[in-house]
Amino acid sequence: MPKDHGIGARSKRREDVRFLTGTGHYTDDMAMQGQTYAVMVRSTVAHGKIVSIDTSEAAAMPGVLTIFTGEDFAEVGGNPAGWLIHSRDGSPMREPKRPVLAHGKVRHVGDAYAAVVAETYAQAKDAAEAVAAGTVIEELPAIVDLAAAVANADNRVHDEIPDNLCFDWGWIEDNREAVDAAMKSAEHVTVLELVNNRLVPNAMEPRSSIGEYHPASGEYKLTTTSQNPHLTKLLVCAFVLGIPEHKLTVVAPDVGGGFGSKIYHYGEEALVLAAAKKLGRPVRWTAERTESFLTDAHGRDHVTKIEVGAKKDGEIVAIRTTTLANVGAYLSNFSTATPTFLHGTLMAGPYKVPNVYVNLKAVFTNTAPVDAYRGAGRPEATYSLERAIDKMARELGLDPVEVRRKNLITPDMFPYTTPVALQYDTGNYQATLDKALEMADVAGFEARAAESKARGKLRGLGLSTWIEACGIAPSHLVGQLGSRVGLYDAATVRVSATGTIQVMTGAHSHGQGHETVFAQVVAEKLGIPEENVEIVHGDTSKIPFGMGSYGSRSLAVCGSAIDRAMDKIIDKGKKIAAHMLEASEGDITFENGSFAVAGTDKAKSFGEIAFSAYVPHNYPLETLEPGLEETAFYDPNNFTYPAGAYLCEVEVDPDTGSVDILSFTCADDFGNVMNPMVVEGQVHGGVVQGIGQAMIEHTAYDETGQLLTASYMDYAMPRADDVPMVTVDHSCATPCTHNPLGVKGCGEAGAIGSPPAVVNAVIDALQRGGYAHVTHIDMPLTPSRVWAAMRG
Amino acid sequence: MTKVSMSVNGKTVSGDVEGRTLLSEFLREGLRLTGTHIGCDTSQCGACVVHVDGEAVKSCTMLALDAEGAEVRTIEGMANADGSLSVIQQAFQDHHGLQCGFCTPGMVMSAAALLKENPKPTEAEVREYLEGNICRCTGYHNIVKAIMAASGQDVSAIAAE
Ligand code: FES
Ligand code: FES
Repeated sequence: MPKDHGIGARSKRREDVRFLTGTGHYTDDMAMQGQTYAVMVRSTVAHGKIVSIDTSEAAAMPGVLTIFTGEDFAEVGGNPAGWLIHSRDGSPMREPKRPVLAHGKVRHVGDAYAAVVAETYAQAKDAAEAVAAGTVIEELPAIVDLAAAVANADNRVHDEIPDNLCFDWGWIEDNREAVDAAMKSAEHVTVLELVNNRLVPNAMEPRSSIGEYHPASGEYKLTTTSQNPHLTKLLVCAFVLGIPEHKLTVVAPDVGGGFGSKIYHYGEEALVLAAAKKLGRPVRWTAERTESFLTDAHGRDHVTKIEVGAKKDGEIVAIRTTTLANVGAYLSNFSTATPTFLHGTLMAGPYKVPNVYVNLKAVFTNTAPVDAYRGAGRPEATYSLERAIDKMARELGLDPVEVRRKNLITPDMFPYTTPVALQYDTGNYQATLDKALEMADVAGFEARAAESKARGKLRGLGLSTWIEACGIAPSHLVGQLGSRVGLYDAATVRVSATGTIQVMTGAHSHGQGHETVFAQVVAEKLGIPEENVEIVHGDTSKIPFGMGSYGSRSLAVCGSAIDRAMDKIIDKGKKIAAHMLEASEGDITFENGSFAVAGTDKAKSFGEIAFSAYVPHNYPLETLEPGLEETAFYDPNNFTYPAGAYLCEVEVDPDTGSVDILSFTCADDFGNVMNPMVVEGQVHGGVVQGIGQAMIEHTAYDETGQLLTASYMDYAMPRADDVPMVTVDHSCATPCTHNPLGVKGCGEAGAIGSPPAVVNAVIDALQRGGYAHVTHIDMPLTPSRVWAAMRG
Repeated sequence: MTKVSMSVNGKTVSGDVEGRTLLSEFLREGLRLTGTHIGCDTSQCGACVVHVDGEAVKSCTMLALDAEGAEVRTIEGMANADGSLSVIQQAFQDHHGLQCGFCTPGMVMSAAALLKENPKPTEAEVREYLEGNICRCTGYHNIVKAIMAASGQDVSAIAAE
């Protein structure tokens, strides 16, 4: 019987009711007394010198309340990068200031250099056009192409950075010589050059922020579309505006998806706060979709050469990659961690490969900032590796499945330390591979391929055996590696006198269903009904602290903090119970919501203990404080390492190059699963984002730095009829060994594992169909690219 | 400013709008019915779908003045009279057809329009009908499943978990 309650149950999501009835509260849904509207004035050129801004005409227009330009923020701080990377020569990365509004120069199309606040949105918009008309920008040559950016030392995104290079990173530098030697003596070397295409995250809710200021108390409030309100608060206070931290509340209410793009602090948030203070009225700003395309942090954008050295039997002896990564015009908050420690550290994959070396140069260009997007560095690593291994297998005349099997780390090898510094705690990669092969009926593939052939179509099967590292930790280690933040999380569990519970968590749910799933976790441990538990998130005035939700960390890190806080509640409950039951504390057990004296029938329910804590008439007041509320901060001692095997089956039409994705099968290991329904939903969504990347999504800048794909007319988003059902299994579970729930992250897996499976499937179809010369096609695999490759 | 009147979720409403005011703006800002969402500026995403005289319409493509005298239904008017979730809404919850919830109002409104014209759609028909509604979270799997379940079909056979 499947459970209907607590851990492992398919509990229906409580948050759904408000979303299904139109009563959710997203930032732009909120109306404020006396509110005003901000509109940003954005550069229409990719690179230019701001010669002059004349705001006089706009200032005189109806309803206009104030106008800001970059000059107004010249004296305040910039929006910093959260991770300091050192180059191979030991020098620190170059960190140009990222101002609230561009000052002196504009550096990408969409870079805001002024902002208008007016009584109505229409008035602000009209006046913003007048500011643009009053502005003279001397256009400079745009730096768009990565290789050209590094080669041309004279044309600079930031005048003080000569070769547009942020850093030149090696991981691990000490491995380099051994890797070079192993590659040189390898029996076979596969070389693959590939592009990990630039993507726009495209959460369906555009970014939106409302600033408020109360002159009497000097308090500010920012309501904003954020995945981590505490970090936004810290950045605004400590780095950008210098507001005392206790005077700012940041609220991230219902947020309509993030996928990374809403992790970061953006200039508009500082702008609405500064404007609210100046005007003494609420100031709101909401992005139009085009602004989202132009200014949300983009994802991926790597150009990589990967070499795989192998023996003739397919055993991998060395992996070496060289990558140019685009960071855009400014460093977004995690932009330097994403291509390095979230990418290079994963380059061994799930394989027992002895020699790995990663070199990555991060390059400034006149494009929007690039940062973590669902998967963040790990999709790039996985794509390089899984494509190259497939190619290697083909070159050696071996079966891609068997080559992977030969190289996979085996269950007896854990804990396993890779040559790129991660220690995988547990896994069973053979089990997920076997499961996927069985689920996808690989045994029946040849018959299906013959049937396709009879219809003039080419059928192919693609595999990826992926692993990822998520729930990034521990703080002392990431600190040594350059992180400027801790990566713990916090939770408060507040038990009321009647035994109901509020949990304040540092996680933020923007689709993940924490309100339901965390309540399941709490209900299970405390032996109470789920409906007695309320999860509070997204408000810095209510929650002790938190690092938010991204990097598949919510359950592994924030959930563990909740678990630890519950341990403290249970410990205190035992003390209270011991007093009430006249027993010694060591004899008290807690199970199914009941504190009992071991070996007797004497017991107190959780509710009775809670009541006693708040009405302490029969209570050990000399030794114990009243009340039942506990806070825990949890700093994990390792990442979690979810892994799995994905199989994609496609059919290619050789006449048109169009590809049909017929099936997609996932066998995942997420450790213990709290709510299978929610986990499967995460995989469905991630896989379709990965299929989007592989098949249709592409962010195109022209050579002048104009974004050609700045709307849904030009940027292809996966629609319902572009994708198949996604078959998901998570039964091959090896629980994480170092967090109390035994959980591994599941949010990014789909987006990490799927792109190579799709591309491998298409290459397989073409190879089987006699197009032996097609060994790689860069994503997205549009019909024109596939068709051209076939005829190339 | 021009006065406009229409029926929204069974109630007669009116307000002063500019000629350029979109129906979506009138609903959200004029009537504070913020369940109708705005996800794009090119009429591509479907987050804003409402019913106008029984037809699914992207409310960002229609001027408020053009809805003069019309019967408009929004997501706020989709629950049963007693406030419980309607069959389609319930199916979305039962089958986890939503994550962040932002596309959801448009999805539910489109689903209702589809099932009115095609009470037992196939999976392919559902997918094709949803062409104008983008969801970035769910991968559509559970949305398709929810809509087919709402039509009374057995979804255990057609849609693997
Ligand atoms: S807001 Fe109407 S289609 Fe996107
Ligand atoms: S549920 Fe988030 S966009 Fe559909």
